[in-house]
Amino acid sequence: MERIPILKMGRFLLVTIQVDMHDQLVMTLQDDLTQSIVKHRVRGVLIDISSLDMVDSFIGRMIANISGMARVLDAATVVVGMQPAVAITLVELGLTLEGVRTALSVEKGMALLEQSAG
Amino acid sequence: MPAPTQALKLVLRTSDDVVRMRQTLRQVTVDRGFSLVDQTKLITAASELARNTIDYGRGGEVHIEAVEQGMRRGVRLTFIDQGPGIPDIETALRDGFTSGKGLGLGLGGAKRLSNEFHIESTVGHGTRVQITRWK
Repeated sequence: MERIPILKMGRFLLVTIQVDMHDQLVMTLQDDLTQSIVKHRVRGVLIDISSLDMVDSFIGRMIANISGMARVLDAATVVVGMQPAVAITLVELGLTLEGVRTALSVEKGMALLEQSAG
Repeated sequence: MPAPTQALKLVLRTSDDVVRMRQTLRQVTVDRGFSLVDQTKLITAASELARNTIDYGRGGEVHIEAVEQGMRRGVRLTFIDQGPGIPDIETALRDGFTSGKGLGLGLGGAKRLSNEFHIESTVGHGTRVQITRWK
């Protein structure tokens, strides 16, 4: 069964999303992430969307779910690499991704997580 | 790829069909000379409507047309299904309203992202949503 790889980077996890994710893959990713957060006592999750040339409400819901689950497990979520055209479209679509911070790069995202993880 | 002279018709039944639709739209909008932002808006709106067609409409199809109005060039998409139909369109257009597990942004979002938006739906017969984006 195909899975999105989850990389452990210190106290954080890094997940790279590609746009062509079908429903089953999304479910599997959410499950895998939750298990990883608990198993590795992770303090933050980085979701890399730099390869996404489009984010619709389906992907938005996945990000919101991941962020919500992470929060329940005391981990923060940062979305990195949002393309400008995607950012503009998200605002017009009305997708706010509340509680999810963003950063321009994985490095900056990790710095943000380091700050909040204490 | 030259502008389609007739509508391109794509089946929408699975997530793979949505992927295929997005790739086709990327090609069509690039050839039509759309800016990157306009491409993204149309493709995102289409993605929302395609998901609705599959999740609520029980599958259907999308027609992709290159359109012209005087000097303006655009792309028009028509999503058609023979599903249960939408009993209350106004409510369905409201943000946050969902009859499923979604965020409730699909219809309203697609409308905001498009220059023109038309919807017809009859309970028990199906739904037709048409959006147009001009260059």
